[in-house]
Amino acid sequence: MNQAAPAPRENQGDPVVRIDARLKVTGQASYPADIATANVAYGALATSSIARGRVSALHLQDARAVPGVLDIVTYGDMDKTDTPKFGNTGASSIGPLHDKTIFHDGQIIALVVAETFEAAEEAAMLIRADYDDEQPSASFDSKGTSTEAAAGKNPMLKEDAKAGDFDAAWAAAAVKVDERYSTPTQHHNPIELFSTTAMWQGDQLTIHEPSQNVTGWKMELARQLKLDPANVRIISPYIGGAFGSKGPMTARTAIVAVAARRIGRPVRCVVSRMQAFGAQTYRAETRHRIRIGAGKDGRITAFGHEGWEVTSRPDPYVVGGTSATARMYNYGSVLTHVALVHADRNTPGYMRSPPETPYVYALENAMDEMAVALGMDPVEFRRVNEPVKEPIGGRPFSSRSLIKCYDQASEAFGWSKRDPEAGSMRDGDWLVGMGCATAIYPTAAAPCAARVRLTADGEVRVQCGSHEIGTGVRTVAGQMAAERLGVGMEKVSVEMGDSALPPAPVSGGSISTASVCSAVMMACDAVRAKLFAAAAGKDGPLAGSGNAKLDMADGKIVTETGKSAKLADVFKAMQVGAIEEYAEFAPKGSSPEALNKLYAGQPEFHGGESDKDSVKYAFGAEFVEVRINSRTREIRVPRIVGAFAAGRIMNTRTARSQLMGGMIWGIGQALHEATEIDRRAARYVNRDLQDYLVPVNADIKAVDVILVPEVDHEVNPAGVKGLGELGNVGTAAAVASAVYHATGKRIRDLPIRIEHLIV
Amino acid sequence: MRPFVYERPTSVSAAVAMASHAGAGHVPPTAADTQFIAGGTNLADYMKLGVGRPDRLLDLNTLAEPALRKIRTSDDAIRFGALVRMGEAADNDDVRRRCPLLADSLKLAASGQLRNMATLGGNVLQRTRCEYFRETSWPCNKREPGSGCAAMEGVNRQHAVLGTSDSCIATYHGDFAQALIALDATVDIEGRRGKRTLAFAKLHRLPGETPNIETDLAADEIITAIEVPLRPWSGRSRYLKIRDRESYAFALASAAVALDMEGQTVRSVRIGLGGVATVPWRAVAAEDALQGKVLDEAAAQKAADAAFADARPREHNAFKIPLGKRTLVRALLETRDMKV
Ligand SMILES: Cc1cc2nc3c(=O)[nH]c(=O)nc-3n(C[C@H](O)[C@H](O)[C@H](O)COP(=O)(O)OP(=O)(O)OC[C@H]3O[C@@H](n4cnc5c(N)ncnc54)[C@H](O)[C@@H]3O)c2cc1C
Ligand code: SF4
Repeated sequence: MNQAAPAPRENQGDPVVRIDARLKVTGQASYPADIATANVAYGALATSSIARGRVSALHLQDARAVPGVLDIVTYGDMDKTDTPKFGNTGASSIGPLHDKTIFHDGQIIALVVAETFEAAEEAAMLIRADYDDEQPSASFDSKGTSTEAAAGKNPMLKEDAKAGDFDAAWAAAAVKVDERYSTPTQHHNPIELFSTTAMWQGDQLTIHEPSQNVTGWKMELARQLKLDPANVRIISPYIGGAFGSKGPMTARTAIVAVAARRIGRPVRCVVSRMQAFGAQTYRAETRHRIRIGAGKDGRITAFGHEGWEVTSRPDPYVVGGTSATARMYNYGSVLTHVALVHADRNTPGYMRSPPETPYVYALENAMDEMAVALGMDPVEFRRVNEPVKEPIGGRPFSSRSLIKCYDQASEAFGWSKRDPEAGSMRDGDWLVGMGCATAIYPTAAAPCAARVRLTADGEVRVQCGSHEIGTGVRTVAGQMAAERLGVGMEKVSVEMGDSALPPAPVSGGSISTASVCSAVMMACDAVRAKLFAAAAGKDGPLAGSGNAKLDMADGKIVTETGKSAKLADVFKAMQVGAIEEYAEFAPKGSSPEALNKLYAGQPEFHGGESDKDSVKYAFGAEFVEVRINSRTREIRVPRIVGAFAAGRIMNTRTARSQLMGGMIWGIGQALHEATEIDRRAARYVNRDLQDYLVPVNADIKAVDVILVPEVDHEVNPAGVKGLGELGNVGTAAAVASAVYHATGKRIRDLPIRIEHLIV
Repeated sequence: MRPFVYERPTSVSAAVAMASHAGAGHVPPTAADTQFIAGGTNLADYMKLGVGRPDRLLDLNTLAEPALRKIRTSDDAIRFGALVRMGEAADNDDVRRRCPLLADSLKLAASGQLRNMATLGGNVLQRTRCEYFRETSWPCNKREPGSGCAAMEGVNRQHAVLGTSDSCIATYHGDFAQALIALDATVDIEGRRGKRTLAFAKLHRLPGETPNIETDLAADEIITAIEVPLRPWSGRSRYLKIRDRESYAFALASAAVALDMEGQTVRSVRIGLGGVATVPWRAVAAEDALQGKVLDEAAAQKAADAAFADARPREHNAFKIPLGKRTLVRALLETRDMKV
């Protein structure tokens, strides 16, 4: 055991090494754009340099004249296809080549296809467009935006949560906080660039593209191209960072497919880092007004959370994080409202904990302000407001270990050494600040299918159309099979990332481990049942063991009483070489059509706030120390401690890695990340990793992850709560609180930078 | 990227001859059809973006003259060949011992990979990172004279407050140059009209009305060496760089300081300022303010006020004035307290 592989505590699995670790660190894992493809042609995008208006003319002569150019796909060429749909599988309803209207900066205006990447790029740069341009609206406060209530516009937010009489409670509250917070535009910037490789064999289309949703994309692409879904295959074995950006399919996929059909050759298009800022989804900027009213004893009596989110003109993309903030503490009364502001921007999309990251940031920053206003310790303040039931529907929590997380994290952090007075702690020229915040993420699961095959020699193959986006889901699915079938990990292979495999839901919402492991468990149990029946049957090697409970371990079937039979002998008795089982898992509360919807690429999610019997969340507590130079005010984070409880931990190594990565991202969200927009033109200006800052190694010092044991049988058969998106929730608020503690200055707009602290 | 011809001259004189033709004296090197490439970390990047548009590249890495790759230290100067890599100079023991400011300004720049590629000649000539300059669809007087300046009323957090004009407010981002200008460095230049030695302070030009003309160089001139005199202040010298993250970022503000002290009194001081000005910046007024004074907090503050007396902020970069001042104060006091 070492820091990367924490010793498992109660209800935690072994820190098994990732199945693909060696492949990845030696560069042998083939990402979709790496797949060797014979006779491939290269595509390069040309994109708009305005954010609103129409293309009046497109000048292609210079581009066509570049040696090696094979084709240019542009207006008119997509007319025989259907326009994209906005939803879980489609990033936006904008069909960039179906219509000459420009909805946002960086919208695709053409795809050049050439013999070489260089020729395609050169030609794409030579495409000139004439525009009838109009004054665009960039964001909040821009002229010409339209604002509407968000609830009901999108399944993400069915209604604005409320409880009790907020107005009366607010009016009567002894202590009040009423503040506004904001979070900036952010782009995922996964290190693996976005790419599509399309190839046809007759009317069979194969797409290699990093995807978090191969089944959904297969169905959506078939719809756009008017193909039988059986003829479309999406392959995505490895993904070099996704964070939601590879969840919904963008318009590019169909365009590249059409190009490949036109030239009768495979086409590969890799989107440049800069173009990805316009051609992909992003986390839109948000604004918040938080009102907290409390009695002098620290009990909250009124909680108000109003949110504003930017989206595109045509699509009602909503995150609506009030669903979680409204259920966080034991508020007496709750009032929430979310509004959408339509601007001349691309449609935003999911980015790691889409709702919770911005909304919990606002709530937790306000909680710290309230603790200060009450003169109460911030941890104590949360303890006082710990609920027994969630305040909106009065349902219990399936499990809730928030206070345990606070206890273990604050102990490890040394919170008791903090002098509560702001600006009081110092180390030489450096101001020292300490802050904390709560992390929360809804626990959901979705229907999922899996196939498991066990052969007489103990080899196991697991197949499931889920996606290894770096979380370790291939490894934990393998672990589940190894555990249930009593074989070592070296005997297990796991295939994922292919729409030809049994369908799995989109790898989003932190549902994968729960959904995939539950399906794999079901398939394994079916294999076990067959083996047990044969082993204990009258001709079986364990005949006569009666009703004794059987299990599998060390490549054997074992009985409670210590008898055992080798797998090979059981197979021999069965006169088969392999047992293969296909399982379809549907979470509790699924509708009768749940499995059909899974195959249609539109899986239902269950859990979180949507179940009748209880609400389901994973929780955590994060503690941060910041150091701020007393003169020049640069902010550094020497250490961060997070304690998290998320039901059964399948693998302490991959769990820690996810949470650590999340907290590091949280530090980046607090201090570095922001896409800058030119407000006159509604165009992004810092479209590369030189100007779009994320933390580098030197920024990250001690990161301590504590996995708090928790048992929850209610969430799903595997007892697993998703934690892929838990770690980066709350971090930014903890940093903001630490900055306040160091300086006495409350910064409410992210990211927190030198300029906020200097004057 | 546009296609271009790539050639590998084998001597400085051959390279100069290849770059020379009738027009070479009349366009700035950055607009010439033939351009030199050294590490390529700046030029190749800008060619990909369509900002650098040479038809022909002459690779300086094949020049045979050994002096181009050498660091020579004598009692009174350090001489760097123009092709010495940033990393090599940063890690050179003599340089660090004799003049920590030089080593630090290189060590704190870019990343390990870039420092291994980038040359000192290319480093001092690196072009601005102004976002509007880097994206060809924006108006930019530096890239396209007369087209306007998108940064003036745009996103200008990283832009300059000193040495700006109504045409351009782009920051000169290099770190090493701040050390060179503070330390009275000179550059050796070879061109069609022969060899010359230029004060480093005269190498870069203020943007004025012609921000497209960035240096005093002609398109057929090559920097062959950079020389830094060693003086009583060289040993007590320091580079302080303030940035958004701990590494791999350009300066929001930086200060290059070299001090010659007599007890607590300043006998002589040299100050360069980075991240805040359109060109490498020597803070002469601040130096004058400190001359002969006891260097304490108040004196440092006065000097910093003098350094930024003419600063002109825009919408997002006003913080660079207080930040620049505090950076200088901190650098002065830290340099004073150095154990040498
Ligand atoms: C991501 C990133 C971060 C960076 N961060 C920093 C930083 O923090 N601090 C910093 O100071 N720099 C930084 N840099 C800039 C880097 O230091 C420069 O790109 C590098 O020093 C340029 O050197 P080069 O040899 O690669 O020049 P090239 O790219 O080869 O050339 C640059 C220019 O100089 C000309 N040229 C080169 N050599 C000569 C010569 N001998 N005579 C005449 N003309 C010549 C070329 O024609 C060209 O116009 C960063 C760069 C990047 C890409
Ligand atoms: S500041 Fe200078 S480089 Fe930037 S856009 Fe304006 S003119 Fe161009």
